[in-house]
Amino acid sequence: MIDREAFPDSSSTPAETPPSPPSRAFTTPPPHHPTTPSSSSVLKPIATRTVGGGLQRTASVARKELLHIIRDRATLMMTLFFPIVEMIMLGYAIDTNVRFIPTVVLDQAKTQESRSLLRSFENSEDFKIVDRVSTEQELTEAIVSGRARVGIKIPENYSRKPPGLVGEGDTAQVLILVDGSMSSVAGEAVNVGNAIALRESLQRSLGDKPLPVEARPRVLFNPDLYSANFFIPGLMVVLCQMMAVTLSANAIVREKENGTLEQLYMTPVRPTELILGKLTPYLVLTFVEFCGIAFLMRTVFQVPIHGAFFTLLAMALPFVLTCLAFGLWVSTRVNTREAAMQMAMATMMPSIFLSGYVFPLDSMPVFFWWVAQIIPTTWLVDASRGVILRGAGWKELWPHAAVLWGMALAMLVFATLKLRKRIT
Amino acid sequence: MRETNADPPGAPDHDGVAPSPSSHVFSSEKEVVAVHSATIRFGKFTAVDKVSLTVGRGEVFGLLGPNGSGKTTLIRGLCGLLPFAEGDASVLGHDVAKESEVIRSNIGYMSQKFALYEDLTSQENLDFYAGIYGLTSAETKQRQVELVEIVGLGPYLQQRGGRLSGGWKQRLALACALLHSPQLIFLDEPTAGIDPVARRDLWDLLFLLASQGITLFVTTHYMDEAERCGRVGYLYMSKLLAIGTPVELKQWEGVTPPGTRRLEILGADMGRLLERLRHRPGVRQATIFGQAVHALVDADRSLPDLGLEDVEVRETEPSLEDVFVALSRSQAN
Repeated sequence: MIDREAFPDSSSTPAETPPSPPSRAFTTPPPHHPTTPSSSSVLKPIATRTVGGGLQRTASVARKELLHIIRDRATLMMTLFFPIVEMIMLGYAIDTNVRFIPTVVLDQAKTQESRSLLRSFENSEDFKIVDRVSTEQELTEAIVSGRARVGIKIPENYSRKPPGLVGEGDTAQVLILVDGSMSSVAGEAVNVGNAIALRESLQRSLGDKPLPVEARPRVLFNPDLYSANFFIPGLMVVLCQMMAVTLSANAIVREKENGTLEQLYMTPVRPTELILGKLTPYLVLTFVEFCGIAFLMRTVFQVPIHGAFFTLLAMALPFVLTCLAFGLWVSTRVNTREAAMQMAMATMMPSIFLSGYVFPLDSMPVFFWWVAQIIPTTWLVDASRGVILRGAGWKELWPHAAVLWGMALAMLVFATLKLRKRIT
Repeated sequence: MRETNADPPGAPDHDGVAPSPSSHVFSSEKEVVAVHSATIRFGKFTAVDKVSLTVGRGEVFGLLGPNGSGKTTLIRGLCGLLPFAEGDASVLGHDVAKESEVIRSNIGYMSQKFALYEDLTSQENLDFYAGIYGLTSAETKQRQVELVEIVGLGPYLQQRGGRLSGGWKQRLALACALLHSPQLIFLDEPTAGIDPVARRDLWDLLFLLASQGITLFVTTHYMDEAERCGRVGYLYMSKLLAIGTPVELKQWEGVTPPGTRRLEILGADMGRLLERLRHRPGVRQATIFGQAVHALVDADRSLPDLGLEDVEVRETEPSLEDVFVALSRSQAN
């Protein structure tokens, strides 16, 4: 008997010893062929094997899977390099705050007041006057051609009435044409334009008297409104999802393509062991990536981590498990690696657009808001910003953890059951 | 008078009752594989239809049949991967339906795809399967040394699986399948697509294994490989039409019906000869076989009557190919 005690497998059926062959003696070979039996009897059966050693099998699968990852240099480099490129783009190049909107001006008043108004537009840093025109037609043309996003027309009668003496019907109308083809720019231009006009109105009405009401906005957690602070905590989550899903979507389908899956089915390895063995190295690798991005975020992009990073890691675990299990399910469904990749990429779309990673959830229609709630990415993106930017902890984020663990368990059970369904 | 059987050896009776094992040689041996009226269905399609067979210890059993006849399905069923809709089977004395894990721990399996990991070296492939079969490190070392020597894989241990040639891939696959010292090996078309030398080398290895008491269950397309098997089963359209030793199968009267004889004809222009023979009355079958024409003719016709005067003619035994052709035709009628 071979000692199996070293690898107890609680889940296995009580391993019973099959009866050993009645005799080791040579059986008469069938009268088929004159063979010359070699004098060495090296191939005689050692013993009848029992089932056991689940841990050992799982470890074997994990080791093999790690070798696959290391050997596939192209994929490895891409998974490690891609996040860095993405971080640089989001951290340095992209600024979601609207600034220096190219603006063209038609100043028909040409008075001190009109120049003062234009200065307050420029001083807001939202607008940058790129051109001055003399007809309305030119103003429109500048916007249509895309040279300017905003056109400001100050009418001739802008400063006819002295400040403080504007009566009924004497409203000076400043026309602000806004290019609506870029909604974020348009929204910003309208808001700031209104605000500036309002301030001018108040100044004219009140003269030197103080403003009766003043809003003093204070931006918490990200006072300078750095885009990196907003993006990178979400980026960590999205990149990890991409890595986990891509790795595990290949896991089974690669074996299908090579015919090795059929071979594995003929061995005592169980579906659960196969899944665990494959997922373990992927899990480790994804966590390494997660921590790597967090390190770059902290050092290169100077994003402070206000909460406990460990809390975030503890919540990333169920998230990564969900992604891995999902990829595995994809892998059992498809027959080629190309198809697996396509499905993995397709799932990235809702995660990027609906998870709140780029676009805020609050302004979504109810239906899509609910769709967003069943995407695990939504929960971890929010938790990630919570921990990193808002300094949230378990007290605030336990619902996130509960939801993420629930999703992970459901997905793992589902994928395991599907894989159990043997060869189709 | 030659002894002939009216029914194909081992063919199931019409009421589906399992026939008694036709192999007298092994009836006293422990049955390594015993299948009783096993049926496997995929939806409405019956892939294996009431197949019954037994394979004794140390036997080299060949399962022949065209593509899609159910050979691979039967093997999967025997490994417990596909459930039997009817009937049952035992492998190594274990019920396939209940103890497939024990069975899979004790059998080897090798398919024509040489299921290896191409980005792993030979050594890593061997290590992986050793782990999967739960070998201890001492066992692993010992078995690997033994098997590497037997299959001659020594110089290629550090080569990636993908860089090996077909023959070496297959030897590596065989070594992987043998690591856990299985008593029964299923080989699913193991020689498909490899060169003749590697094919012969593999068969030499297989017979070496058989001589050690290891049972081999081989599926193949090649008739010459079927001839090497101790016993052969012929699977056609999901049904096992015949089972027996090649000698037994050739004696089935359906191959050489009473009143006919088989001739081997050697001549100069085989193509013309074949054409001529096929249009002769009294010639039932004619086909080119290597450098000769094999023909099944009515026994009461003389050679001149058949137009065989200036050619070399001798009476011959049917080949297994003849047997399988006859079996397939009898089934089609």
